[in-house]
Amino acid sequence: MLQTKIKILANKKIAPEYYKMALESPEIVRTSTPGQFLHIRVSNNSEPLLRRPFGIHSIKDTGEFEILYRVVGKGTALLSKKKAEEELDVLGPLGNGFKFPVAGNETMVLIGGGAGIAPLFFLAQKAHHLRQIIVLIGGKTKDQVLCEEEFKKLGIEVRIATEDGSYGHKGLVTDLLNALLHTSLSIFACGPLPMQKRISIFSSEHNLSCQVSLESRMACGIGACLGCAIKVKGESTTYKRVCIEGPVFEAKEIMWE
Amino acid sequence: MNPDLTVDIAGLKMKNPVMVASGTFGYGEEYAQLVDLNSLGAIVVKGITLAPRLGNPPPRIVETPCGMLNAIGLENVGVEKFIKEKLPYLRQFDIIVIANIAGKTVEEYVELARKLNGLVDGLEINISCPNVVKGGLEFGQDPALTYEVVSKVRQATRLPLIAKLSPNVTDIKVIAKSAVEAGIDAISLINTILGMVIDVTTRKPILANVTGGLSGPAIKPIALRMVHEVARVVRVPIIGQGGIMNATDALEFIIAGATAVAVGTANFVDPQTSLKIIKGIEDYLIKNNIHRLSELTGSLQI
Ligand SMILES: Cc1cc2nc3c(=O)[nH]c(=O)nc-3n(C[C@H](O)[C@H](O)[C@H](O)COP(=O)(O)OP(=O)(O)OC[C@H]3O[C@@H](n4cnc5c(N)ncnc54)[C@H](O)[C@@H]3O)c2cc1C
Ligand SMILES: Cc1cc2nc3c(=O)[nH]c(=O)nc-3n(C[C@H](O)[C@H](O)[C@H](O)COP(=O)(O)O)c2cc1C
Ligand code: FES
Repeated sequence: MLQTKIKILANKKIAPEYYKMALESPEIVRTSTPGQFLHIRVSNNSEPLLRRPFGIHSIKDTGEFEILYRVVGKGTALLSKKKAEEELDVLGPLGNGFKFPVAGNETMVLIGGGAGIAPLFFLAQKAHHLRQIIVLIGGKTKDQVLCEEEFKKLGIEVRIATEDGSYGHKGLVTDLLNALLHTSLSIFACGPLPMQKRISIFSSEHNLSCQVSLESRMACGIGACLGCAIKVKGESTTYKRVCIEGPVFEAKEIMWE
Repeated sequence: MNPDLTVDIAGLKMKNPVMVASGTFGYGEEYAQLVDLNSLGAIVVKGITLAPRLGNPPPRIVETPCGMLNAIGLENVGVEKFIKEKLPYLRQFDIIVIANIAGKTVEEYVELARKLNGLVDGLEINISCPNVVKGGLEFGQDPALTYEVVSKVRQATRLPLIAKLSPNVTDIKVIAKSAVEAGIDAISLINTILGMVIDVTTRKPILANVTGGLSGPAIKPIALRMVHEVARVVRVPIIGQGGIMNATDALEFIIAGATAVAVGTANFVDPQTSLKIIKGIEDYLIKNNIHRLSELTGSLQI
């Protein structure tokens, strides 16, 4: 983990509300694993005050990496205005990433929706030489389906589901999962909470191993403030910190509200 | 010649006046990779209770204009585990360690003081936590209870004692005077200010605890006013805190009468803040030809 100023190489809109930002830091590229995140300061003054967490989306051998983000509020709006050559104060890599490759010869099924696809591409980059991977992308509408081409370029099969049927299968990603149940699977999910919850319940019903990458409001990002707690299962209530024990958890650990 | 930045808080000889505030720096180890702990004036660790506490359900924090609300609910490992597992780590460093203690009853505060006696360099009595049902704020809002807690803890230990006061009172001077009468050595001002945020789509409060404590730059003017008020009525050293983001902020508190300052929320924004402040204070003293920081303390011109 380090705190550095790193240079923006590019910041491009890739879909309505979604951006990809390329940055340069050989140290971060060298030390990160898929699922880890960066805590980024988006302003030089006190508004907005806190850093914003983003997963690492992709890396290159040349020491460049990308984040993929959706503009949802003032922090991400500010980020979207940043230009190449500007610098960002970045803390990271932080947290625990995905555990892979999985045991045996299970197929890795990566499931993402919206910006949730972000860390899964990095995972695919690192894992596609090791295991067969299938990517399932889900969302309410076509707008939330991102990175299809990028996965295909790695030679990975992509299947798509949208709730309104505007693209791919009309329905939920768990429908697509159903169709894969004849092989042995291990699931890696990131996306909106209802989707993660659905996938977690599905995987426990079918006894599949499943890792989810969760979000929580964060202040420090390094385990000191105890602000990012989520409920986990246990004999009595216990909490874990998303920033340091997560953001990737075994789905069966989580107490879904 | 470098100016003299050392300060003395109840016999604690600090290298410089910049401490890190309770609950914003964990037990030190979380930040050790990013900040040279040996450079800090002192560390005040996360509030400690007798038994471990789970804390409040999430969401526990929410950002607000120039600030944040927190309702952590004093999650901590409990005093035994703190002594066994957290303290030895901090003891490797050349740093003054102050334990922030919180109890539900006067007896609990006394018990905590006994257990920590001789193990830490000082105690900060937290009578101002806004996020727990019992204890905390209850004591800090009542001059008689403040007196009782401080005097009982005073009898239990010879450690330097700091009272951490709450801004959620009508007249902070009354509480400060009670603490001094009861034998306190120093006063920390201020803890967070009670606040809330509502989500208009769900009509629910964002924090599961409904309310939380406001911290960050938004509260600095209030904190400064309170330090100013208290500095005029007590003689014990004051540790100023509340929204300090840079050296200028820290200098304002010192000029208002604070002997030392504590950096809280700013640690989340930039872990280097406290180190930058130490440097900034030193630069200010050199520029203004002041040889000792103490010459600046309480030098407010009205
Ligand atoms: C570990 C982790 C990884 C993430 N990775 C990505 C990613 O790769 N791409 C992406 O687009 N988004 C990601 N997010 C979500 C992203 O951090 C939020 O969308 C962003 O903080 C919103 O900031 P804002 O100022 O635009 O929104 P506002 O709503 O104005 O933010 C207000 C406050 O709420 C917090 N907040 C708001 N939404 C979220 C959220 N969903 N999760 C956590 N905190 C939130 C903000 O950090 C801020 O403190 C991630 C979140 C976490 C915890
Ligand atoms: C997340 C968080 C946790 C805190 N926990 C404690 C605590 O355990 N005990 C305590 O006395 N103060 C606690 N505080 C209050 C701070 O120590 C400090 O007094 C307050 O935040 C004002 O300073 P600031 O605006 O610089 O943060 C906490 C503050 C925050 C933001
Ligand atoms: S964000 Fe501070 S502990 Fe996780």
